[in-house]
Amino acid sequence: MFETLDATMLARIQFAFTVSFHIVFPAFSIGLASYLAVLEGLWLWKKDEAYLKVFNYWKIIFAVTFGMGVVSGIVMSYQFGTNWSVFSDKAGPVIGPLMGYEVLTAFFLEAGFLGVMLFGLKRVGPKLHFMATLMVAIGTLMSAFWILSVNSWMHTPAGYAINDVGQYVPADWWAIVFNPSFPYRLVHMVLAAYLTTAFVVGAVGAWHVLKDDGRDRGARIMFSMALWMAALVSPLQILAGDFHGLNTLEHQPAKVAAMEGHYDTHAGAPLILFGLPDDEAEVMRYAVEVPKLGSLILTHSWDGEVKGLKEWPKEDRPPAEIVFWSFRIMVAIGFAMLGVGLWSLYRRWRGGLYDDKWLARAAVIMGPSGFVAVLAGWITTEVGRQPYTIYGLLRTADSVSPLEAPAVASSLIAFIIVYFAVFGAGVFYLLRLMRRKPDIGFDDEDIGPTRTAGITPAPAVDADRVMNPAE
Amino acid sequence: MEIDLAFIWAGLIAVAVLAYVILDGFDLGVGILFPFYPEEHDRNLMMNSIAPVWDGNETWLVLGGGGLLAVFPLAYATIMPALYAPLIAMLLALIFRGVAFEFRWRTKRGKFLWDWAFAGGSLVATFAQGVALGALVQGIKVENRAYAGGWWDWLTPFSLLTGAALVVGYALLGSTWLVMKTAGDIQAKARLQARLTGIGTLGLIGAVSLWTPFQNLVYLERWFAWPAMLYSGIVPVLVLLCAFLLFTGLAGKRDYVPFLASLGIFVLCYIGIGISFYPYMVPPSLTIWDAAAPDDSLGFLLVGTVFLLPMILGYTAYAYWVFRGKVDPDEGYH
Ligand code: HDD
Ligand code: HEM
Ligand code: HEM
Repeated sequence: MFETLDATMLARIQFAFTVSFHIVFPAFSIGLASYLAVLEGLWLWKKDEAYLKVFNYWKIIFAVTFGMGVVSGIVMSYQFGTNWSVFSDKAGPVIGPLMGYEVLTAFFLEAGFLGVMLFGLKRVGPKLHFMATLMVAIGTLMSAFWILSVNSWMHTPAGYAINDVGQYVPADWWAIVFNPSFPYRLVHMVLAAYLTTAFVVGAVGAWHVLKDDGRDRGARIMFSMALWMAALVSPLQILAGDFHGLNTLEHQPAKVAAMEGHYDTHAGAPLILFGLPDDEAEVMRYAVEVPKLGSLILTHSWDGEVKGLKEWPKEDRPPAEIVFWSFRIMVAIGFAMLGVGLWSLYRRWRGGLYDDKWLARAAVIMGPSGFVAVLAGWITTEVGRQPYTIYGLLRTADSVSPLEAPAVASSLIAFIIVYFAVFGAGVFYLLRLMRRKPDIGFDDEDIGPTRTAGITPAPAVDADRVMNPAE
Repeated sequence: MEIDLAFIWAGLIAVAVLAYVILDGFDLGVGILFPFYPEEHDRNLMMNSIAPVWDGNETWLVLGGGGLLAVFPLAYATIMPALYAPLIAMLLALIFRGVAFEFRWRTKRGKFLWDWAFAGGSLVATFAQGVALGALVQGIKVENRAYAGGWWDWLTPFSLLTGAALVVGYALLGSTWLVMKTAGDIQAKARLQARLTGIGTLGLIGAVSLWTPFQNLVYLERWFAWPAMLYSGIVPVLVLLCAFLLFTGLAGKRDYVPFLASLGIFVLCYIGIGISFYPYMVPPSLTIWDAAAPDDSLGFLLVGTVFLLPMILGYTAYAYWVFRGKVDPDEGYH
């Protein structure tokens, strides 16, 4: 075991660990920022205080999540240099400017208006405040745009040349930014963030609907809005995922072979539902398969040829043992989300959306499912890129910093301890915030000290007061 | 005449790092001073004085790091491994203090923990930044486009001194910020702290300045060669002027003067470091031009920067404007 834990392996584990923690927060804050903008817009438009209350409810949760996103993100932007310095030197001229644009167009926008959004309603009034909320939401989407462009370029590099010191240098910026896998990855990830958020919001709504039989108006709003998202967005996501997969088949066929668990090339390949891939022996054990369906999905023909992993030398293959399963977890969750969405449509049609206890329970259980799917999806994508950091060009083993294993090992241990302690506490606080009843909002007395003077049962008061429960 | 993009970018990165130092400097400084204000009410106020802006301030750090990767990838690729330990320590410390802004309002029993996370995180992050700066001044060994030193090279008496200097310096920024943003007891205490840290900062600046030329003879030449001496002589004079403004400001009524004066001291020290470094990016190994990305990369990012940076400065100024004046003890959504 330990001889495989060289500095490269440790650097990989460290990067995977820190980025996996990071992505959990953006996945939620991208969706939540847009949701907040919608809620505030509805409040301004319909003049219905209930939306404002739901807005305030999620605003605090957003602030906590966002803070964790920022600090875990700052770590990421330095990890490229600390762990992957050769990669940074070689790829910096191409990906660096894209990340530079991310900072300039997204991070500053988010950060600049976040303060106004969180603390400024009374100082700037509702219109300007709404604008600040919109800017924060737009910022999160811009951030996704640029970082996914960077990441996609690492999967499907395009528009580059190589200079005499071995750096990848830009030849065509348009081709770099809009590299072949980028549109698919952007759509799939943004939809993933929206779904993730919808299922969290839905679970919180459902929890409170269950607790007081749907009397809480705020809880009903959350529940219903979230289920609309589930019904409308999960089919889109499945479609987007299918297109994404076809694109991957074109550019990274070895990854698809690993995802599908094919070691041998077939004409008329089966769809392997379950099984245990064995990379050593190059066989799929205990396979449960549907004949020919694999070819139909991937090539849209019953007898299309699907390449197996044996087409590539062993040292050029991604590990099917991981990718095969992470892919299945994501897809299963995608269909489960669709199921909940369809169930809610049926309930709306037949009446009794808020009375179906089982639907509400299902929504509660599905609350964290988006996070699992997002992580599973990223693991599929990233592990499937192995053994390269820049697909086909630069190997992971050649990307790593000249660090000694003990240095990386000790920082890895420090990251693990700190992340679990700090973000563990954060998740605990988030759950406690979600336990508040939406209609009452600030009833939990240990949530903050400055408010003790005025625990106002909300509806009767004017907008200003509701916005600033601190008074 | 050909435009020297690498030179322009060196200037821009320098500005980004400077913006980081003075902006996050004052809010880290507030964190460093936290333990000296045991009253809950004071702490809430201190926190509220920076809560709306800290995230924006820290974004300059991301611009500094990300910008380096974009335009000086080789510098990024050699500095980061060379300063591995202090940088990791800084990142971990920034996590603690960053989450404390929200977490400390989310719990009563655990509040003291997050107060410590805030103070400790600020202290460690600052010290690590100062150490990193000192290690950079000492010089970083580069061979074959890679860092060629060991992973403890950064640790020397000199880098420990620069670490300590930055802690005291940020505390000065933090205390003068509090003088500007608060009133009453807190302000009185902050005034006293500003005096003490002001004296400390000047002393440490002197010590570091005297020691620096001996780190590398190039620095000595740079400072004492004619005609550079002409303007390198001006910097210390201006530092003294700022110091004068700082102390008279602390005695006077205009509460913003001490803050501006201490910003001035930081800007001047920064220019001093710039004089020492130029034309090196990673002394003594890489010049600006060695480290620069190809012109296509520099140009591409510059086009956007020219438009976006003024906008960023604009709305950042707006955010500060929205929260201008003394902090209202009853405000905040918490
Ligand atoms: C699809 C979206 C996405 C992905 C794949 C990533 N991020 Fe991220 N990141 C965001 C979406 C995001 C965000 C939504 O913009 C965040 C989350 C919460 C926040 O504060 O902004 C953010 C914050 C954030 C910050 C703090 C910004 C600030 O100071 O305001 C940095 C420096 C990074 N990220 C850097 C990275 C790096 C280097 C990544 C790749 C390894 C990465 N992120 C993956
Ligand atoms: C945010 C969601 C992401 C997750 C969850 C994720 C996950 C992972 C995982 C699990 C690995 C390890 C793969 C392995 O070594 O077997 C990895 C590697 C890596 N990823 Fe990602 N990744 C994400 C986004 C990104 C982005 C946006 C970039 C680039 C901008 C990126 C760049 C890298 C690099 C450089 C490596 C290191 C080389 C390697 O080990 O493959 N990742 N990532
Ligand atoms: C059930 C239908 C789904 C299919 C067919 C599908 C398909 C895919 C494929 C093929 C990839 C790999 C892309 C690559 O080659 O790099 C992928 C990645 C990913 N998936 Fe899915 N997916 C589905 C559902 C979901 C759901 C429900 C979520 C989250 C809520 C999700 C989130 C992600 C993420 C975050 C990635 C990594 C980023 C990316 O490459 O886009 N997917 N998906």
